[in-house]
This record gives sequence, C-alpha cells and structure tokens, in this order.
Amino acid sequence: MLSVAVFLPLLAGLVLLALPRPRESLVAWTWVTVAALDLALVIALWARYPAAAGRESGAVGAFAYETHLRWIPSVGAGYHIGVDGLSLPLLAMTAVLFLACAVYSLRQRRRTRAHAVLFLFLQTVSLGLFSALDLLLFFVFFDLSIVGMYFVIAGWGHGRAARSALQFFLYTFLGSLALLLGFLGLYLAADPHTFDIVELTRRPPLEDGGPAAGLVLLAIGLGLAIKTPTVPFHTWLPPAHTDAPAVGSAILAGVLLKMGTYGFVRVAMPILPGAWREYAMVLVVVGVVSVLYGALVALAQTDFKRMVAYTSVNHMGYIVLGLGAAGLATADGARAAALAVTGSVTQMVSHGLLTGALFLLAGTLHDRGGTYRMASYGGLAGTMPLLAALTSVAAFGSLGLPGLSGFIAEFQIFTGSLSFVPVPAAIAFLGILITAALYLRALQQLFTGDRRIPEHARTDDLSARELVSITPLVVLSVVIGVFPRFLLDLVEPASRALVALVIR
Amino acid sequence: MSGAGHVDPVMLVPETVLALAAVGALLLGSWTPRRRQWTVRLCVVAALSGALAAALTAWVRTGDTVTGGFAVDVSTHAVRVAVLVGVLVAVLLAGDSFSGHPRESESYVLLLLGALGTIALAGASDLLVLAAAYLLASIPLYALTGFARDAGGTEGALKFYLMGALLGIVLLTGTALLLGAGGTTGYAALAGALPDAPRALVAAGTVAVTAGLLFKAGGVPGHFWVPDVTEGAPAPVAAFVTTVPKIGALAALYRLGDEVIAPGPLDWALLCAVLAAASMTLGNLGAFFQTDARRLLAYSAISQVGYLLMAVAAAGGTAALARPGLLFYLAAYLVTNLGAFAVVCALPAARTLEQYTGLFHRRPWLALSLVVCLFGLVGTPPTAVFVGKLTVFAAALDAGLVWLVVLAAVNTVASLFYYLRWVLPLFRAAPNTDGESAGAAPVAAPARRTSTGAALTLAALSLAMGVLAGPLLDLL
Repeated sequence: MLSVAVFLPLLAGLVLLALPRPRESLVAWTWVTVAALDLALVIALWARYPAAAGRESGAVGAFAYETHLRWIPSVGAGYHIGVDGLSLPLLAMTAVLFLACAVYSLRQRRRTRAHAVLFLFLQTVSLGLFSALDLLLFFVFFDLSIVGMYFVIAGWGHGRAARSALQFFLYTFLGSLALLLGFLGLYLAADPHTFDIVELTRRPPLEDGGPAAGLVLLAIGLGLAIKTPTVPFHTWLPPAHTDAPAVGSAILAGVLLKMGTYGFVRVAMPILPGAWREYAMVLVVVGVVSVLYGALVALAQTDFKRMVAYTSVNHMGYIVLGLGAAGLATADGARAAALAVTGSVTQMVSHGLLTGALFLLAGTLHDRGGTYRMASYGGLAGTMPLLAALTSVAAFGSLGLPGLSGFIAEFQIFTGSLSFVPVPAAIAFLGILITAALYLRALQQLFTGDRRIPEHARTDDLSARELVSITPLVVLSVVIGVFPRFLLDLVEPASRALVALVIR
Repeated sequence: MSGAGHVDPVMLVPETVLALAAVGALLLGSWTPRRRQWTVRLCVVAALSGALAAALTAWVRTGDTVTGGFAVDVSTHAVRVAVLVGVLVAVLLAGDSFSGHPRESESYVLLLLGALGTIALAGASDLLVLAAAYLLASIPLYALTGFARDAGGTEGALKFYLMGALLGIVLLTGTALLLGAGGTTGYAALAGALPDAPRALVAAGTVAVTAGLLFKAGGVPGHFWVPDVTEGAPAPVAAFVTTVPKIGALAALYRLGDEVIAPGPLDWALLCAVLAAASMTLGNLGAFFQTDARRLLAYSAISQVGYLLMAVAAAGGTAALARPGLLFYLAAYLVTNLGAFAVVCALPAARTLEQYTGLFHRRPWLALSLVVCLFGLVGTPPTAVFVGKLTVFAAALDAGLVWLVVLAAVNTVASLFYYLRWVLPLFRAAPNTDGESAGAAPVAAPARRTSTGAALTLAALSLAMGVLAGPLLDLL
C-alpha cells in the first residue's frame, strides 16, 4: 500500500502524458483528484499505523508497511521502503502540501500538462524519499527532486528564472554528490557491503567514530547541509525562491528542504552515532548561526518572498540545533534529547505547512500586484480581509506564537536543548525575537496604514480556489498547535528510539 | 596455457560472422545498383543479428578459455554484445544518412571491420594480437571519417590518421620493449616474467602501450583527434567512432592492467588515476563553452573516458566491483551516448546548441529522449550511467583512490553545466519560423525516421538498464 501511495502520482502523470491533447481543465482536475486520492491513502496509512507497526514500535528498525525487493543485489542495494514515526508525519505533510498546490494551480494556464506531470513526478519523488530505507534509493529520489525542481523553476519561474534554476541545480547537485560519496563510504565500511539503512542502523559500520567516520559524516553532512540549507551553504536558496513560481516555492521550501533535515535523522544520526556525538557541537554552532543569520538577513529584506525564504534558513537552524544538541546527550539526558528530536520533527512538519502557506500567499499577492516589494503595498486589510487574516495567522505560526504549530516545535527544541547547550540555545532564542519583529513589520507594512497598491493591480480578495488551497494549511497548523497529541504520540516513540541509537 | 598455441574456431563464431559479413557486403554492394543498396543494409543487419545470437549463445555456454592469444571470458562476451549492438545502431543511423549514397555499402563494410577490430582489442591476451587489433580497429575508421569528402571530414580524417599512425608506432615500440623485458608477448607468461625485469624498461613499455590504447579510447593524452573527427565526420560515423572503439580499448586496458601490470612492480593504479584525472578534467574544461553540439559531445566523450579509467585504475586489486563496474559503465555509456548522437542524426540541419531551440514544442518525444540521454551522461539516477558511475566510484574508493573519487564528483557537477546548456534551449519557445530565414529553425525540418526511432529506443533502454541494473550486474 505504501508503494501505491508513492507511485500513484507518477503513474497518473504518465497517463496524462500519454493522452493525446487532453483539455486543460481535465488535466488540472485529474491532478487534484490524484493528489486528493494520495492524501487519502497516506491518511489511511496513518490511521492503521499503530496496528501495522505492532508492539515493536519504538524498537530499533521497526518499520510499518515494509516492502523489500531485490534491486541491484551485487552492490547490496534493494527497493526497501517503510515508515516509522519520523517519516509518516512528513509523508502526510507532503501529501497535504501537494494537494494544496494542485488546487492552487487549477487556473494555471501555462503549459498545464507539463506543469501537472512535473508536480506529480515531484510528489512521487518526495514521498519516495521519505519512505526510502535504502541509501541508494534515498539518493535516487534525492537527486531526482533536484532535477524536477530545476525544470519547475526554469520553466514556470519569473525574473531571471533560468539563471536561478541553474544555480540551484549546480549547487544542490554538488551537495547530492557529496552525499553519494558519504553513502559509498558507508557501503564500503559495512561488512558485508550494503546500502540498506535498516541493516546499517542495526550494525553501524563506523560506530566508534574515528577519522573515517568523521570523513563520511563530513561528506553526508555537507550534502544534507546544502539541501537543508544551513549557513554557509544557503546562498542558492534566496534566488531560487525569488524566481520560482508560487507553487514551486511552496514545494521547495515545504518539502524539498525537509529532505536535508530528514536525512540527518534517518541516515546521519542512527548510522554514524559515534561521529555524530563527536561533532555535535559543530552542528549546534551551525544551527545557531543559521538561526541568527537567517533571521537578521530576513529582517533586512524589502521583498516579501525573499524574506520568507530567509526565514526558512532561520527555521532550519532550529532543527539542526535540536538535532545537534541531542548528540551531546548522555544516558541520563535521554529524555531531554528525545524532546529536542521530537521538536525538530514537529518543526519540519510545521515549517512545511506554514511556509507553504506563506509562499502561496505571496503568490496571490504577486498575482494581484505584480511585485513582491512590500513598500508597494499598504492597508490591504481593508479590501482583502481574507488575505490579511490568513497571512497574519501563518506569520504568527511561523514566529512561534503559542496555539500554533511553530510554538509546539520550538518550545520542545529549546526545552530539550537547554540542558545540553544552555548558551547556544539562549543565543538562538534571540532568533525568535528577530523573526517576531520582521513578521510584525511586514504585516504592518502590507495590511495597515494608508491604502497603497501598484498601478493596474487587482484588488479582489482571495478567490475560492485560493482559499481552498491555503486555508487547510493554516488550519492544520492551528490544530497541531492546540491538539498536538495526535502528532506527538506518533513522533515520540520514534524520537526515543533514535536517541537510544545515538547515545548507545 | 594449453590453448595458447592453436586456434579453436568454434570459440570465434561471432568474429568469423563479422568478417564474413564484411566481405559479403563488399561483394554484394559491388553488384547491386545504387538505388537498391538497401538490400545490402538488410543483409548486414541480418548478419549482425546472427553474430549477436552467436555471441549470446557463447556467453551462456562457455567458460573462460584462451585460444590463440585471444581470451574468451566474461569481459570478451560483454564487449562482443555491446559492440554488436553498437554497430547495429550505427548501421541503422548510417542507413538513414547514407541512403542512396554512391558508396553506401562500403560504409557498412568499414563499420563492420572497425567493430571486428574493437572486439579483437578487448579479447587480445597477447601483445602482438593487441597490435594487430589496434590496426584493424583504426584503419577503417580513418576512411569512414573522410567519407563525405568535405573539408571538415578531410581535416578530421587527416588528424585522426596522423595521431593514429604516431600512437600506433608508440604502441608497437611498447610491445617491443615489453617483449625485451619479459621475453614473450603472451599475457600469462609476461605476468610471470615482468617482476624480475628491469623496472625502467617495463615502465617505458607499459606507458607506450597505454598511450596507444588511450588513442583508441579517446582519452588524454591521445584525445586530440576526438573533437575534429566528431565535428567533421558524418554524424553516424561520429557516433560510432566516439563510442564503440572506446569499449574495446578500455576492456583491453583493463585486461592488460589486471593480468600483466598490476601484479608487477609498477604502480598501475597511480598511472591510471593520473590519466583518469587528466582526462575527465581536460575533457570538461574543453566542453564548457562549446557552441557546437557535436564538439560538446566529443569533449564529453573525453571526460567520460576519465570516469571509465577509474575502474581500470582499480584493476588487479581487491575492488570486486572494478570489472563489473567497468563493463556495465561501458554498456551504459554506449547506449546513452549513441542515444544522444541519434538525436543529432535525426536533425541533420541543427549543428549549434542554439539551433535546438524549441525542439520540445515541435518534437516532444525526441527532445525528451535527448534530455534523458544528456542527464544520463551526467549520471542522474535512475539512468544506466548512474549505476555505472556508482559502481566505478565504489571500486575506486575500495582501491583507496579517495582523491580521484572526489575529483570525479566535482567534475560531474561541472559537467552538468554544459549539458544543461544544451537542455535549456530545448524548452524555450521556438524561434520565428514563418518568413525571412528558413534556416533559423532546423528543428522544424522533418526529422529522420529511423534515427528518431533509435533515439527513443536508446533513451528508453538507458532508463531500463538503470532500473533493472541488478540482474545485468550479476552477469558481469
């Protein structure tokens, strides 16, 4: 069933490609239907997860819905997929976000079919990555996500799209090759040689650390840090977001960035526990620098979309901070470390929903005024109350206001990290303050004061299509903020298991 | 050793069929009117299919043997199949371009002879057989390069010939030196004798023989002919010359390293690693700002030799993946590169990258095939070259060549840049075709049928080989 959920979008895309000249509305509605169906499948997977995982859930290598087929046996690589508490929330978030993008694109009239097929392809790739339990399979999806997103930016972007797309491709492709080198290192260190994540987790080949483990972690960490991105490897992100179409940005920030952070919890931490502990402080520092630098640069932006892009660097920084802090835990600090990891995973989900919403909202703004420049707008709350309301909620969620998902995530990260790295965590706290300032300033500029809009701009409020696509994202964030147990019950056992692996 | 003295003809059925087909095509072509030369093509295709069947049967039936300085093992079997498929595609592409040409059948004869030489290179387990195979694999291709008798072809052929003659002499000198050092030319005996021979002599001989084989492979330092030949020769010939001989040359180099040199006193891994590094880097640097599609493919071919040499560098060591990796990569490269060239053949009017603008809107499937092949050449999963690169990288890492693998990874990223320079125009809006400059949009001209079909098939095959790499790698 998991394989069906993963490959259903791709199959639908191929069918769309094979149809001779389908009508545009047919293509758009097919996409929405398939995305909805896929979301339903993922929800079904979630609902049946406790039964499928059995009593073992939380044990090492306990995955539900596992499929394990031989693929390239001579290099020990297989088609091995399955989910646990770390990946299932991300699968669900991915399916939700792709459905939102499908609905948002219902009136997209530029090469509709190619657009839909590309996004269906990306959905398969993303779901595949989050369920992959084989390093090679993980890498295949990791790489294909880059290719897909390149065509999205180059084909449907605006501004200097070709240039930004190329920069994005080259930069992240470099990261993916670093990742491949790291994977090859793990493969060669394992005895017998294998790419299987479960196998490698059970018997980590370079458990005790040492220079070889450090090098492998460096390669893998570099690859994932570029994808995440953390400072100083974030420079591809702002241009890519600025020039990407709204749905492309939503997927790029919401889903593709998570591939980097998910790689840390799925590959780097459990397979290289020794090296992770050894270099945890480096990650903490990188995390804190990302938090502060991302926030400060976002504060300096005058372009709404670019600002949201930089807050992504800031938010990813919290995740890296939390995961790094977990690496410094000792046996008695396991509970706090698990809290930090749970917070990091929650942050991945929360950031996916909220940033996705913010980028789609930025897209609606651009559709109306033709620019992202915040100074061009003012007093929009009067004519566009819905846009103002949704943007405010998403922004508050993003800055970590209690009652919204961002708070649940960041609270856990900070509570978990403070006991291991009090000073860095305290410094990172400033990041929240700066984000609050920049979001409030942006909201003030856009929605209050004298009414100001660019010439020839449309002033209608959000349409039904836009509302239907964006509102669920914001509502979900509120739901997680108010009733987080349904999510945390899933994540917590997996975090505890992960921490047990790291501090073993 | 038992079979070294005499020749067992049963082992050499595919080679015999190739040789007979070449002679037969020559005779048949001479007695057939020009407009009915397609019958020759048909016969050649039939003969090739027969040889392919024989090669596959031999692969299934026989174990490793040596017959008359010619080893028949997994490597030879795989090269036979790959070369026969390659020449089959080349004949089909050539049929599209050369149909009705006054010397149509001669082109097939030359292709067949070149293929025969390539297989002989891969199987040679004696330096003298290697030298003869080198000549057989080279001379037909000189003639093919200048086949169109135009300025570009003539220049390419002359350069090709001069380089080939020079490095052929170097190869023979190397053979003589190794003979002097080891007292024999057979690989098995030579491997036993070389450890006691003077080191300088062995080193000089090895370098000379390697240089000759690198000329065939189109790798640094024997690469100077590649861009000119690829640009000047007719497109199907360029497809053949940059792809097929490489298979034989690298298989031969691997055999030489694995069986003779690596066990000896020389640092074979270092020699090959340096050559690999030079080849991939210089090839990439050359490709960066090419505006001509064929020259771009030529430089990309040079850089690909670099990646392939990584497997050769891992020869003779503990890296279990070296030989399967090399053979799989060669097959993958064959399919992918021929696919890219098939697109070039399908659009004879398009030469520069700019002229491919808008191809996606006019011929989406042809454009998609090209995209698959170009991303395949980069090594994007799940294409065949990805698995090839993966195994080759793993083999080189296993052999301790970490720096080389890092360099190869960096080069792979760099190569993405120039392949994308070709991919991007495909999706741009097509230039204005109605009116003044009819030559502005070569993509609008009718595409050649067979070449288009070949491009689609090869692109699909490249994907399929990547997804189904498991069973294939098990065979190698």
